[in-house]
Amino acid sequence: MNNLLAVDAKGLHKNFGSVQAVRGIDLQVAPGEVVAFLGPNGAGKTTTIDMILGLSQPGKGTVSVYGGTPRQAIARGQVAAVMQTGGLLKDITVKESVQLTAAMFDSPRPVVEVLERAGIAELADRRVEKCSGGQQQRLRFAMALVSDPGLMILDEPTTGMDVTGRRDFWQAIRQDAHRGRTVVFATHYLEEADSYADRVVLVRKGRIVADGTAAQIKNLASGRTVRAALSHDDPRLALLPEVDSVEHDGARVTIRTRESDAVLRFLLTETDAHDLEVTANNLEDAFVALTSDEAEDIASLPETAAEPRTESEARA
Amino acid sequence: MSTTSTDEQRAAINLVDRRPARGGVNGTFLWIEIKRLVRNRRSLIFTLVVPAIFFAIFGLANKNQMMPGGQHSYGEYILISLTVYAAMTSATASGAQVAVERAQGWSRQLRLTPLQPGAYIVIKAVAALVMSFISVVAQFTVGALFGVHLDTGTLIAAGLTAWLGSLVFAALGLMAGYLMPSQNVMQLLGPVLAILAMLGGLFMPVQIMGDTFVEIAKWTPAYGIGQIARSPLTQDWNWIWVLNAGIWLVVFAVGAALAFRRDTKRV
Repeated sequence: MNNLLAVDAKGLHKNFGSVQAVRGIDLQVAPGEVVAFLGPNGAGKTTTIDMILGLSQPGKGTVSVYGGTPRQAIARGQVAAVMQTGGLLKDITVKESVQLTAAMFDSPRPVVEVLERAGIAELADRRVEKCSGGQQQRLRFAMALVSDPGLMILDEPTTGMDVTGRRDFWQAIRQDAHRGRTVVFATHYLEEADSYADRVVLVRKGRIVADGTAAQIKNLASGRTVRAALSHDDPRLALLPEVDSVEHDGARVTIRTRESDAVLRFLLTETDAHDLEVTANNLEDAFVALTSDEAEDIASLPETAAEPRTESEARA
Repeated sequence: MSTTSTDEQRAAINLVDRRPARGGVNGTFLWIEIKRLVRNRRSLIFTLVVPAIFFAIFGLANKNQMMPGGQHSYGEYILISLTVYAAMTSATASGAQVAVERAQGWSRQLRLTPLQPGAYIVIKAVAALVMSFISVVAQFTVGALFGVHLDTGTLIAAGLTAWLGSLVFAALGLMAGYLMPSQNVMQLLGPVLAILAMLGGLFMPVQIMGDTFVEIAKWTPAYGIGQIARSPLTQDWNWIWVLNAGIWLVVFAVGAALAFRRDTKRV
């Protein structure tokens, strides 16, 4: 039983009309892993989550959860999910919401304990409709906790929570991870993925563009961008060590590298490059670099990210 | 990371089967469903207060006028008719509440739990019956307060018919709740119920409106239940009334099941 993957998704595809929301996602999550599913809005995170939960069927590919279909895992009560919106009855209280959810599982956790852990014990008798967005989000979390599931899937779980709320939330998640709970959470907050996930899966345009520990992703992310005026395309640039991408644009060249010194030395000694600029990439640049869309979508991106990057370059 | 005493008490996560007993039919679930229905003031007004007002307006004028046979008054006849109406409105409103649940994403949330769809329908039906039972008791109480008394046999027969007959309309409410969008479903169902009640002879005897009308009325879903409920007064009986109620129950229940399936597929 223990060597069964919590989630095993192979070659997932999903189209909505002519829109290809997910274009080939492979994701294996081992029991006890905390995985961040990171990507910009529209990257296909929610669509993938819906398929893992069996709420929608993949166009192509397969998903299994603990060795069975998602529906089977849910029918056995081994999965809980915190969705972004909805899923709450407005005319009942916070406590009733948790009691009701508990009533749908065999041997749930005590309601009081769960309210406490989600930080909403003092809101127990408040009607759901009177709760703020952050409080409703905590309630969704409490409802996911009460069944003590093996796999917890969270879609943008901390939306609307204040700083304390986020900290409490992640503390509770980490505690349960130590007990072997598998957690997959979608987020577009880089810091959350960085601080709380064992593993970060970066998605862009329905595909996984990077998969590794936060440190590994940060390495991909760190590095510098060198720009220079250059009279002609120089193919040797791409062969320099630690160069991720080279783009020639008329008389200018843009080089992404983790070894900017080597690139600069080369440019100044081996070419006629002039007007050199070096800029450091921060974590956010990296995220954008790895997840931004291609030229056609550049207009909507922040100024610093408005560099054309092809997929192979982004993948580095 | 954290080693507080409560954490130590929590053992490692294990993946045993967590299916609820009886598919999820239990007292907690039912009790919360009933509380939700009782909290819906607007629907309580329409199912408890409005039929009582109707009775005060239409029933009291004829309270002491005796029916043919001289044993029962038209006051009793009208009281039973309006009790059937109250029970059917109440049950429809209860069933139609699923429209609100769908709008709030609750049906989708339920699909992430081991709750069996059949168990959910049982809970909905039982909750609707609890509410229609309250309606029946309230209506008979109002009648008694206005001095219209039913003998025990009539009370039980008419009460049981109005109560159990309301199941037909709980199914209608469920079907409508799964088919129609948003929370306004009762605004649409209200007039429909009024028409069905009229055709069922719950507001006035259908004969008053002519033979053609009677022919149409016989095929409508409130007719059979109304006739059965009043049979202790009319001393009349026809098995076709039972057939009428039974067929409509099947029609609405199948309709509700199909609408439910369509709804869960689409999510």
